[in-house]
Order: sequence, then structure tokens, then C-alpha cells
Amino acid sequence: MRRETLITLTLLALLLGAAVYGHRGNEPFIITLAAKAAIFAIAGAGLNLALGYGGLVSFGHAAFFGIGGYAAGIIASAARNYEPVMTWPIEIAGSTSMPVIWIVAIIAAMIIAIPIGIFSLRTGGVYFIMITLAFAQMLYYFAVSWPAYGGEDGLSFYVRNSVFGLNMMDPWTYFTVCFGVLAVVLALMAVLVRSRFGLALEMARQNAQRLTASGIRPFNVRLTAFVISAMITGLAGALYADLNRFVSPAMLSWHTSGEIMVFVILGGVARLGGPVAGACLYLLLEQTLDGVTDYWQVLLGIVLLLVVLFARGGLVGLLAGRRAAHD
Amino acid sequence: MTDPALEVTNLSKSFGALAACRNVSLDLMPGEIHALIGPNGAGKTTLVKTIAGEIAHDSGHIRFGGELIDDLDAAARAQLGLARTFQISSLAMEMSVLKNVMLAVMAVSGQVFRFFKPVNGDDALLGPARACLENAGLRKRAQTRAAELSHGERRQLEIALALAMKPKVFLMDEPMAGMGPESLARLSGLLRELKQTAPVLLIEHDMDVVFSVADRISVLVYGEVIATGTVDEIRANPDVQAAYLGDAA
Repeated sequence: MRRETLITLTLLALLLGAAVYGHRGNEPFIITLAAKAAIFAIAGAGLNLALGYGGLVSFGHAAFFGIGGYAAGIIASAARNYEPVMTWPIEIAGSTSMPVIWIVAIIAAMIIAIPIGIFSLRTGGVYFIMITLAFAQMLYYFAVSWPAYGGEDGLSFYVRNSVFGLNMMDPWTYFTVCFGVLAVVLALMAVLVRSRFGLALEMARQNAQRLTASGIRPFNVRLTAFVISAMITGLAGALYADLNRFVSPAMLSWHTSGEIMVFVILGGVARLGGPVAGACLYLLLEQTLDGVTDYWQVLLGIVLLLVVLFARGGLVGLLAGRRAAHD
Repeated sequence: MTDPALEVTNLSKSFGALAACRNVSLDLMPGEIHALIGPNGAGKTTLVKTIAGEIAHDSGHIRFGGELIDDLDAAARAQLGLARTFQISSLAMEMSVLKNVMLAVMAVSGQVFRFFKPVNGDDALLGPARACLENAGLRKRAQTRAAELSHGERRQLEIALALAMKPKVFLMDEPMAGMGPESLARLSGLLRELKQTAPVLLIEHDMDVVFSVADRISVLVYGEVIATGTVDEIRANPDVQAAYLGDAA
């Protein structure tokens, strides 16, 4: 087994271990924190496909995270009020079934990501960063000003949605669901980057000129990666909304985009386990440093600076050495 | 008479006031190496880029196998079978030599959007890729990262990548640039083999190489083709001697 795979599995084991510790010690706070880490890791894994493997520095993934969250919130609250989500052009009923909500969140993220991708992928570098940011901010202000779903105040939906008749209000059950989704997402990523598509995406990042000369349009490859990336982050958004039983425009704001980016960079860009390491480290820093000072993000900034300056491969890079996805 | 594999007629391209190509016409017949020579700044690379579809030409036509390809982008032209190599090696430096070639094989297959099967065990890619490396003399370097190759080996890899595309026409932009005498001789031999599979439009600076491998030569000066002919005809042409050989010698 390769070292990086081993590190990814170890990270997952540590996350699981933390939750088990919380479960046995009857500390729901720790379990919920672990669930949050798993969800953030899923969001980061989504971004990692675009940012890491595709070299597409999206500063607008909050759009997809938030869309996933709102999809969950809107469908769930409609079901509780016994109202349809919409009646035109097609009638969509509310639902509290998690798989249904997940699918809707993924599809919603896809529908939003396609036009955003088509526009922003015509640019590159700094312009790409700014355009993705602009699209996400547009959605943020739309959510703030649209009163139907709570506007600025956000939307609460009181009871967690269910899957397979499990009691989702139990933190341990909810953690296992999030952890399971994370494992599936990471497995999917591992397969994806090793596939033909993964090879084309790697070439699009390393040398788009060569990809074109070979007869493959980089735009098509990048758009596909961007949309898949958005769908995964959208799924994380749905889980996050469910975790909090609340969704607000904050999920769409650029702070969220920045946070998801921090998970990836802290943990390791284009590393399978990177987002897991990043999300865990981020939450760990938040929990420990928050007790020391209210301005814990200053310290986070210093850590981030050190990672960018001295450990370009992030935490996973530090442990596993140079990456080897397509050697 | 057979139809040309590639035909450029009255092609012009200007950058502002600078006319990089003026009414360029040339053709590439099956089975030949047609060399395009010219002093620095003659517009050779611009011509390659317009033929490859990387930059749009202002006027004129490009026919590939008899079909107009003026409106096709670079990727579409590559899919038709126009394989170009770059003057400055254009490779994925962090990938292994083998993976670089596998990508080219995959591009020809047209089956890029496959998300699940790992490429590492994909014999449909591995087989042809290994064969191309063998032909280009890079078999032993398959697992090396492209960044660790010597300059000459990178040029060989460029050719392996073109081979992998099973092209109908090779478009080679100074493949010999910066090579030592030994690799030059090997590459000249390789070029003579290549023309059996598909004709080569060879853009080259090195006169000795051109005269030793080319079947026909066109001379480009200030964006215009001033002469086309066999090696002996070009050697004897007074305009060419004045414009090019005189400077070089």
C-alpha cells in the first residue's frame, strides 16, 4: 500500500476514533464536532478536485455549499408545512428523506455549476478566482434579499431529516452517516483521479497546450471537473444544513469559500486525504485556540502562512512526501 | 497525380502592421518530407501555429486530406490526424514518460470521459504507448518523470507523442533544435522511417539536417515563400543563396 493511502486511512481512523471516544464518554459535543469535520472534509474533497487536481482555484465554492444547504432546508421545511416546494413548471413535493434531499442538493449544485463553469472557465488565473467569487456573492446577496426562505435570518427546520428509519437526532448516528458519505466520496475521488478522465485533468493542469495538441479540449475536461467538484460540495452543504437544522446566507458568503479553501490548503492540495487533514486541523485549532484568545484566526493565519511557505503539500505532503498520482 | 495530404493556399496572417505570413502556398504530398526553412523571424512558427489551428489566419485556405479545415480548432485538427511537435518541448513535466504517451493514445481513442477504470491497468492504452516509446527509442525511460529527461530525450518524447496519435500528417516545429550530433543522426534516421507512415512537414533551422533528410524544400523569407523545389534546385537557386544561404554561410 502506498504511503499516501496509508495516511488517508489513518486520518479517517483518527476521525472515527475521536467520535468513538465521544460516544463512549457520552460527550455529544465531540461527536458533533467530528461530524462537522467529516462534512467539511467532504466539502474540501469537492473543491480539491477543481483546485488541486484541476488547478482551478475556485473562490466561489460557497455557492455550491450554500445551494446544497438551501436545497435541504427548503425541501425539509416544505415537507413539515405540508406544502409543495414548487408547483411550476413541475410540482415538487417536500421530503424529509435524506437520500432524496441529497440527490436534489447534488442536482441543484450541478445546475448552478454548469453556467458558472461555462462563464468562468473562459478565463484563467486571477480572473477565474474573481469571477467564481462574484458568482457566489451574487447568490449570497440573492439569498439575503429574498424573503421567501428567511432572507437574512436564514431558515430553521427543527428536526433532522431521516434515512433508513434511523434516529438522526442522535449525534452518533448522524456522525456515522456523515462519515460513511465521506468514505464513499474519498473512494470516488481515488478512482476518479486514476481514471482516463483523471489523466486528462492532470494534463489540463500541467500542460493545456499539449492536451489541445493531442486532440482534447481542456475546456470540456475542466468544466466536467468543476461540475463534479460542485456536486460534491453541494452534498456537503446539505449535510451541514441538516447538522445545524438551519441554513442561512452565511453558507453562501465568501468566508465560507475561504474556509473550504483553507481545508484544502492546510491539508494538502491534490492529496486524497488533504481535506480530511485540513478540516480536522482547522476545527482543532478553532477549538483549542478559541479558548486562548478571541482572535484565534490570527493564529490560524500564521499556521496557514507556515504551511504555504514551508509545506507546499500541506499536512499530508509533509507526511507523505512528493505526490504520485500520475507518475 | 495523388492529392496532397496537406495543402496551404494563399495563407496570410498579420499581427497589426507586421505581416508574419504573406500569401503562403505550399503542399505536402504523401510519403515525403517537405522541409520549410528560413532565417529567424521569417514566420515559420507563425505558419506552424496557423496550420495547427492555434492562431486563426486572416485569409487563405488550409486543406487536410482534401477537406477545408479553416474553421476547425486545434483540438479538432489533431483529432483529424494532424500531429504537431513543439519547438520548445511541451510536456507534462511531473508525469512519467509513459503517462505522457498514454494520454496521447487516449486522445486518439476518443474515449476520454471514462471515470472509473484506472489507466494503470488499461492495456488499450499501455500497449500502444509502449510501442511508441520503443519506436522513439525511449523504452528504458518509460517510468522516468519527463522533468528528469535530457534535452535530447525530451525531443524524442515529443516525437513519441506525435507517433501515438497515429497521424495522417506530422507537423514538426524544429524537432532537432539544440540536439547533439549523435542524437541528430538518430533523429534523422527516425524521420526517414516516419515518412513511411505519414508525410512530414518539417520546420527546421539546421541546414545540414534539412538537406540530408528532405525530399522537397520551401524557403520562407519575410513571410513569403520565395522558392520551392528539390534539394538540388534549392541549392542552385540564386534568390535562396542571396536571402538565406548567403547569410548562413
